[in-house]
Amino acid sequence: MSKRKVEDAHLPAGECITQLQDILRKRFCRQELPVRPEGVQAQHKHLLELLKRTAVHGESNSVLIVGPRGAGKTMLLKCVLRDLVEEKDVQKNLLQVHLSGLLQTDDRIALKEITRQLHLENVVGDKVFGSFAENLSFLLEALKRGDRSSSRPVLFILDEFDLFAHHKNQTLLYNLFDVSQSAQAPIAVVGLTCRLDVLELLEKRVKSRFSHRQIHLLSSPTFPQYPDRVRTQLSLPDEFPDSKFAQDWNASVKTLCEDKSVQEVLQRHFNSSKDFRSMHMLLMLCLSRVSVAKPAIKPADLLEASRLYFADAKANMLHGLSILELCLIIAMKHLNDVYEGEPFNLQMVHNEFKKFLQRKSNSMYNFDQPVILKAFEHLQQLELIRPVDSSSAKTQREYQLMRLMLDHSQIMEALQKYPQCPTDVKQWAMSAFG
Amino acid sequence: MSALLEPAGYEEVRLRRVAEQLPCREVQAGMLLSLMGQPQQCSYPSIFIYGHRASGKSHVMQVLLKELELPHATVSCVECVSVALLFEQVLLSFFGCDAASLLPRSPSLSDFVRIYRQQCSRSPAKQTRYIVMEKAELLRDADANLLPALLRLQELVEDNVTVILLSEIVWDKFRPNTGCFEPLLLHFPDYSKGELQQILSQDRHPSYSADFYSSYINILLGVFYSVCRDLRELRHLAALNFSKFCEPLAEGKVKETDTHKLWRNIEPHLKKAMQTVYLREVSSLQWEQMQQMEEECGALRGLSAHTHVELPYYSKFLLIAAYLASYNPARTDKRFFLKHHGKIRKTNFLKKNEKTSNHLLGPKPFPLDRLLAIFYSVVDSRVAPTASIFSQISSLVTLQLLTQVSHDDQLDTPKYKCAVSMDFICAISRTVNFDIVKYLYDFL
Repeated sequence: MSKRKVEDAHLPAGECITQLQDILRKRFCRQELPVRPEGVQAQHKHLLELLKRTAVHGESNSVLIVGPRGAGKTMLLKCVLRDLVEEKDVQKNLLQVHLSGLLQTDDRIALKEITRQLHLENVVGDKVFGSFAENLSFLLEALKRGDRSSSRPVLFILDEFDLFAHHKNQTLLYNLFDVSQSAQAPIAVVGLTCRLDVLELLEKRVKSRFSHRQIHLLSSPTFPQYPDRVRTQLSLPDEFPDSKFAQDWNASVKTLCEDKSVQEVLQRHFNSSKDFRSMHMLLMLCLSRVSVAKPAIKPADLLEASRLYFADAKANMLHGLSILELCLIIAMKHLNDVYEGEPFNLQMVHNEFKKFLQRKSNSMYNFDQPVILKAFEHLQQLELIRPVDSSSAKTQREYQLMRLMLDHSQIMEALQKYPQCPTDVKQWAMSAFG
Repeated sequence: MSALLEPAGYEEVRLRRVAEQLPCREVQAGMLLSLMGQPQQCSYPSIFIYGHRASGKSHVMQVLLKELELPHATVSCVECVSVALLFEQVLLSFFGCDAASLLPRSPSLSDFVRIYRQQCSRSPAKQTRYIVMEKAELLRDADANLLPALLRLQELVEDNVTVILLSEIVWDKFRPNTGCFEPLLLHFPDYSKGELQQILSQDRHPSYSADFYSSYINILLGVFYSVCRDLRELRHLAALNFSKFCEPLAEGKVKETDTHKLWRNIEPHLKKAMQTVYLREVSSLQWEQMQQMEEECGALRGLSAHTHVELPYYSKFLLIAAYLASYNPARTDKRFFLKHHGKIRKTNFLKKNEKTSNHLLGPKPFPLDRLLAIFYSVVDSRVAPTASIFSQISSLVTLQLLTQVSHDDQLDTPKYKCAVSMDFICAISRTVNFDIVKYLYDFL
């Protein structure tokens, strides 16, 4: 089928929605690469030049890409690699080794992975032979034997670079940087990290071999750009099969982003975090509400998604506690008020609870100590209270010192929302001292 | 129902069957389905579902994945004592046993990801694959890299895979200190009283009417709802006590509609159950036997009643002395245990505030010398400090009636703490005709 034919065709509504979901989900979940990276053009150019020098001229380099989580470090690198590979002489020439600090937790595993990815001779099929020392010397030998003019450049990409700095003696980092400093095989070491103090983690000898070239991704968009970003993230590309649907959709997204209440929500979101990931999560929640019956995102959807996103998890958990557990928490709150945050144990909480019962004189909540202990342990299981010292196997359960992990306002808010909360319990919670 | 039937891409018959199996969880299931999207579309890398115990987290996941026949691996983190078991289970359920056998002896995450990628390139995901981790809070105790790696597994293996974490604990307590890929958070709210009633009423006995059973559930919730909202626990209690509820009916004393009489009959019984079966003092089997034999409920002694132990005469006094040493301040020893203790200013002695009460704060440690001094003063006869006395002290430590506070290597003046309850020590002192309450500072 020719392209023009597809463009003219009107797909059925269900098909359109499926296509739409396909495209947008890929964008939000798989972090699909954009055609041009936004806002990081300078960094993109810098990195591309640098890697090109390694790939074409055989210059050894090392660079760190630093930025907070969700700032687009991997996206930048992947864009650069994509653009780099497009050039013909680079494509044939360049070898890539991808390592991640999460997976390669020590040097031995990392070394095996390098050997495997470089397809060196001691690899048979997928297995690598030899001890750690043999592997290392073999790898170094292979790298040393090369020189600038003849051997193929190798690009080492170290994701979660800070975790590599925790390896013993930082052997891998030392050797990689050492090769990049001396006239051996041309390599480029690119590290990605979210820690700003990553250079402090390196040993002196490793640090001195590093080129101290850092690319910072601390993009701070202003708020007026934020709704635009949302719009571009949500809008459909031109090559969408049903152009009529795409136009309608893009128009509806445009009006959505200009809506007053939506702007407010986005402002709130922007104030809490500026990165792409949290935005993607919000949009994903919106997108999941789009269906054949409701083929557009309404401001109400965004409000609902934002409500879900900002929901206080602890307040949610407090909502599901039983009356007895809630009473215990109120007693703990009073103990905290009176004794200014000193830790407490079950006996004290029970005593406080008993005082409330005596005053109120209705024996509705008169429970035995073991029942209260069970409720107390449930609270501990939910980690709403936490033992002060963890090595407390020796002390009796009722005398173990605990701390409340909740805020004053959280308790009060949960109490307001609690379904069918008895009035006397509410009053007890409101009263200042017990 | 309507929330569930919306998502496209699944057969309507199956969705209806799913809806039947998930009472009171349509909203959550519908939302989860719409987040998961159609099977062939990509899905969010990780979803974190939290909610109270027995709020249907695993059940909803299981029903959805089974009924819609999505490829999935369910892993309980309790069972996976080592990561190797986890990797094996995931590979086994996605790619069959050939893939699982490729794992080396003690696999690292790197091995797992490598084998996963290898297998995945052979059989790429046509549908989203789901890894469900139950009791995810235990992942925090595992390798520090495991949780962050699982959260971005989709990126690492480049496959359409979603990791779903189920937990009782909120996400804030999971976050590693250098951060990680944030999962989508989803809350399963607790069942309200009406919903509990509706769910519990479903498993009624066939020989009785639905109204009859639901009135029974109503009474049960009236007693237990303020203490327990755990569906499983309530269901267990409902099953245990139903035969007792039906008893007057079988004897022909009352009719099914006479709710008040039935309530009068069952209510004390249920209150008793809260003190026994609910606390597992009496096992369910014992409870059922008791009902059959029409014994007086609670005549059977529970677990905690068995705590009293037969001790030798001197051990009893040693324990009493330890209790007194733990719960009395040392400055009052003279007043309690010396015959001619000289003048004591009464006002000062009796002045105490509630905060310092040792029965609130717990036992205090005391040195061995003080224990022996109190021991000699409370025992009537002369006792030689033989080896047997000292060995009795150490045997009390092994029985966990005393705990040694100082380090084990300290031979001179070790410090101890008394670890028995008030009831226990009262029972012991009664057997040797010793009035312990008279000697306790807190009860003066």
